[in-house]
Amino acid sequence: MKLLYFAWLRARIGIAEERIEPPAEIATVAALLDWLRGRGPGFAEALKDARVVRVAVNQEYVGWDHPLRPSDEVALFPPVTGG
Amino acid sequence: MIRVQCEDFDIGAELEALTRGKTGIGGVTSFVGLVRDVAGERRIGAMTLEHYPGMTERQLADIEGEARRRWPLEAVLIIHRYGRLEPGERIVLVATASAHRQAAFDACQFLIDWLKTKAPFWKLEETPEGPRWVDAQASDDEAAQRWTKD
Repeated sequence: MKLLYFAWLRARIGIAEERIEPPAEIATVAALLDWLRGRGPGFAEALKDARVVRVAVNQEYVGWDHPLRPSDEVALFPPVTGG
Repeated sequence: MIRVQCEDFDIGAELEALTRGKTGIGGVTSFVGLVRDVAGERRIGAMTLEHYPGMTERQLADIEGEARRRWPLEAVLIIHRYGRLEPGERIVLVATASAHRQAAFDACQFLIDWLKTKAPFWKLEETPEGPRWVDAQASDDEAAQRWTKD
């Protein structure tokens, strides 16, 4: 699974992208976030407030219960501020 | 048409190209977003726009498609820049063309409202206190929301 981080999420986590192999029981976006929070203080800090975390799977916005597959590109980022 | 680019754009040349040869167009509406030098109490020296290549183009194309479903548009153009921009510089151009003005006005406003809440861009401001990520505004969500009320 490919993970991408943007804006202050990227800054707090300290990396822009990575490839991960979460355990098989990580089947949804919500479960992935929980699992990521346990990977270190940067992750825990960046992801502590899910209300300001947006998730896209394969470049489309998804909700917390969206199912995940190993081939997915998952992006985590704050609410957008373009325009 | 969607363009995501680092370089500046020429508004006159873009509008001219958008309407050239399309004599069914009766009106063009454009919105140009610029970098301000203040945000609340803070002075802004410059800002850096980050985006999600690939998803940005997809989201903008979806938004354009939605506008074309809702209004009879002859032409649509969205140009959004990324990278470091200083106060006064252009960030975004949205232009819509239609046979009659109301569709062009409404579609242009819809496009910028939806773009601000859906297109994956983020602004990092340079302030005297150091760099600061811009927070999303509830007023932008409300502006986008009113296009979903029917």
